[in-house]
Formats: sequence, C-alpha cells, structure tokens
Amino acid sequence: MLQALSYDLAHLIGATVLMAGFALLYQRRLGAVLNTFSFQALALAAAAAWQAHIQHAPHLYVSAGIALVFKAMIVPVALHWLVERLGIHRTVETALSIGWTMIIGVALVALSILLVLPVTAKAAALTRESLALAMSVVLLGMLMMITRRNAVTQVVGFMALENGLILAAVSAKGMPLVVEISVAFSVLVAMTLFGIFFFRIRERFDSLDLNYIETFRGDRQ
Amino acid sequence: MMSDSVLWQMVQIVLALVTAPVLTGYVRWLKARLNGRRGASVLQPYRDLYRLAQKEAVVAHSASWIFRAAPYVVFAAAWLAACLIPTFTTDIFLGPAADLIALVALLAVGRFWLALAGMDVGTAFGGIGASREMLIASLAEPAMLMVTFSLSLVSGTTQPAQIVAFVLGGNVGIEVSLGLALAAMVMVAIAENGRIPIDNPSTHLELTMVHEAMVLEYSGRHLAMIEAAAMVKLTLYMGLIACLFAPWGMAQPGAGWDGIVLGMASFAAKLWVLATALAVFEAGIAKMRVFRYADFLGGALLLGLLATIFLYVSEAV
Repeated sequence: MLQALSYDLAHLIGATVLMAGFALLYQRRLGAVLNTFSFQALALAAAAAWQAHIQHAPHLYVSAGIALVFKAMIVPVALHWLVERLGIHRTVETALSIGWTMIIGVALVALSILLVLPVTAKAAALTRESLALAMSVVLLGMLMMITRRNAVTQVVGFMALENGLILAAVSAKGMPLVVEISVAFSVLVAMTLFGIFFFRIRERFDSLDLNYIETFRGDRQ
Repeated sequence: MMSDSVLWQMVQIVLALVTAPVLTGYVRWLKARLNGRRGASVLQPYRDLYRLAQKEAVVAHSASWIFRAAPYVVFAAAWLAACLIPTFTTDIFLGPAADLIALVALLAVGRFWLALAGMDVGTAFGGIGASREMLIASLAEPAMLMVTFSLSLVSGTTQPAQIVAFVLGGNVGIEVSLGLALAAMVMVAIAENGRIPIDNPSTHLELTMVHEAMVLEYSGRHLAMIEAAAMVKLTLYMGLIACLFAPWGMAQPGAGWDGIVLGMASFAAKLWVLATALAVFEAGIAKMRVFRYADFLGGALLLGLLATIFLYVSEAV
C-alpha cells in the first residue's frame, strides 16, 4: 500500500512537471511564460525531493535544493529583470498557432511513451514511467524552442528541456551529484551568456525576433 | 429496495430544482463581495424567477412555435439531466437509465434547442450567440467525452453510480489520469455554463455575450424557464464534478437514514466549496477574446486525451 502510494505520488509530481511544460506552450505573454517556468522548476524540486525520500538518497536533496534556488528563483528573476530592461514585456509571437503546438505536444508525449516503454522493459516500473515523463518534458522543451521566435522564450524552452534532463537523472538510481552540480552551473553560465547575447542582438537588430537573424544569415531571402 | 430508490429519486428531483437558484445566488453574492460591492441576497434568484413568471411573455411577430417551445425543452433537458446524476445517494431510480454518454447527449439536446431559438426570430444577436455557442459546444463536447472515456477506462463502466461505487470501494489510488480528467472537466464546465473567462453571465455588452445574446428576445415566463435552466445546469455540473471526482460521503444503496443525512451534508459541503472556488476564480480573472476559445477548449480536449494516454502507460507497467 505504502509502496503504491509513493509510486503514485512520484508519478503525480512527474506529471505536474509535464503539465507545466504544456502550460509553457500555451502561454503567450513573456511574464506568464517566466512564471510558468518557475512553477515547473518548483515541481521539479518537489520531484527530486520525493525521489530522495523514497530512494533514501540524501544527495538528491541537494539536487532539489539546486533546482529550487537556481531554477525556480534566480533564473526566472534574472530573466524578468532582463525582459524589463529590454522593454519587451508585452507579448510573445508564436511561429505556429497555439492549438497546433499543443496537438504536436500531445503527439510527442505519445511518441516518447511508445519509445521508452519497450526499450526499458526490464527496468523498475517507477523508473520507466519517470523516464517516459522526462523524455516528454525534453521533447516539449525542444518544441518550444522550435515554435517560438522570441529569443527569451527560446531560452526558456532550453531551460525547460534541461528540467526534463534533471527529471530523468533524479529518477534513475546512482546519478552522481557532481554531474548534476556541473549541469546546474553550466546552465547558469549559459543563462548569463544568453543575457549578454540578448543585448547584443537587440543592439544590432533592434528586436529579439530571431527572424531578422535568419534573413541576415542568408537563410531566408 | 425499489421503493427507497423511488423516494430518493423524488427527493433529488425536488432538490435539484430548489438548490439551483440559491447556488447561483451564492456565487453572485460572493462575487459582489469580492468586487467590493454589497451584493444582493442569496435568495434574489428566487425572487427574480417569481417576478419573471408573473410577467407577460412578449413574443416577436416573426417567431415560430420553436421559439415558444424551446424554453420548456431546454429546461426539461437540464432538469432531467440533473436528476440522473447521483448527488447525495447512488440509490436513485433513474440512475441505471442513463450513463455519462447519454448525459452528454441530453445536454446537447438542450443546447441545440437554445441555439435554434436564438436563430428563430432572425435578429443579428440571436444568430451570433447561436454560432458562438455551437463553436464552444463543438470543442467542449469531445473534451467531455474524452473525460468520460478515461473515467470509464479506469472504472470499467460509464454509469455514474457504478463509478462512485468503484471509487468508494478503494480501488483507485492517486491517479495522474484522474487529475488530468478533473482539470479537463472543470474547463468544460466553465465553458458550458458560460462563466468567465469564456462568457460573462452578467454581461449585456454586444460584442462579448454568448448565452445572453441567444436569449435576448425572451421575456416573462419564457425567460424564467431559461434562467432556471441555466441555474439547474450550473448545479448539475457541480454535482457531476463532485460525484465523479469526490464521491466521499455519498450514501450507497442500502444505507439507512444516517447515511442519507451524511450524504446530504457532504453534498452541500461540496457544492459550497465548488461555488466558492468558482466565485473566487471569476473575480480574479478577465474574460477571454472570442478567438482564444479554441485554445482554451482545445487545451481541455488535449488534457482529456493525455488522461487516456497516461492510462495506457499505467496499464503497460
């Protein structure tokens, strides 16, 4: 009974992370996107803490802490600040309509389930489901990077993708802590670099719409 | 026993009708309080219905018999649907007569007649209201069916009473699918009842109204019927959510008086919680643009779809 409950709860928290991924696709406004991302990171921290509890692996609490402090607080606050500084807190343009994005998202979830379940036939049930969920989150992050034109939302898509990786890492037993810490710091460094790039891009093109860059590169005439 | 179930069915038929206005009145009162107004008494909807029923019904020259019949059909469909859902006990006579799919169909009948009546007189508002209502329905109905499917995949039946028995039997743990289905169901309920952010039940602004646009030509007892039908429908959806996702406290067949009293008390408590949540949600959110309905309801449909997909994951493990 207790086993079933801990399993259900882990499943539920994983699904919350996935739902936050869908909510990211649904949002149009930058502020709402950042808040949703913060919520996703919060759910991720909860997932890591719960896994730490049921796997009796104290180092996962550190992962939960990293997710909570860096991804749920520092990154969203920094991005909010950036958006405010750049004066682009109005709207988000989508390259594809929200409805189509969501439909593709559901197809991706189905795909990752179809892919993960046969491959991991011998793994424990908990790991399999978490892997399916984590892979869906990764794919949704990629989808977000593809469908959005604004540089800030693309970065949020990248971070959401990384959330999915962490979700996969905490649900598999025996992930060394040093890997997670280094991933967390590299994400932070990446965000700093992105921040600098935002300013550079805007200086050059007067916009963060990446369409302009495609034209500039010669991809589009 | 047979006679018991008939008795409880009678009680429920009356209960559905009597509680509906006070529930609507409570939502309006709480919303007014949250908006910083004093708000009318929770009994105001009864007075409104009484006043409308006293008044003469004015019918446009161009109206056909459809216009006159529609209020009664709409009301009858809503009332009948409200009688079919277990509220305080699952031991109701008409319970086995209809499952969730029949319920969806019954609600569709009411909606169809309302849209017909909206177009019957031939005014522009009636037409625009009817077309929007159908837009909402075409998305909300499949979402509701997806919810039904995922529930019936979990419990192996589409009968509300048997789903309740299944859940109360402790056969269901914390299921992701049920959470997703609940979210989808709440979104459908918001859309179907014309609440904010889809439609504003108290608006008469031309560009935004949906339900009000269809019933603009009605007056007197016809309007009273339509208003009562809307109130019953709100109660029906709250009862349905409470029945499918939080059936605790509901009396089972063979329960004594204490079980029935407990069932009534828990039903009242659930309605209170849901109505409060609705009022708080409505007070805190702005109405959506018409062009975004598809995104909102498409989201509900996809949540229902995901609920079904996750069920297959759990099956496969």
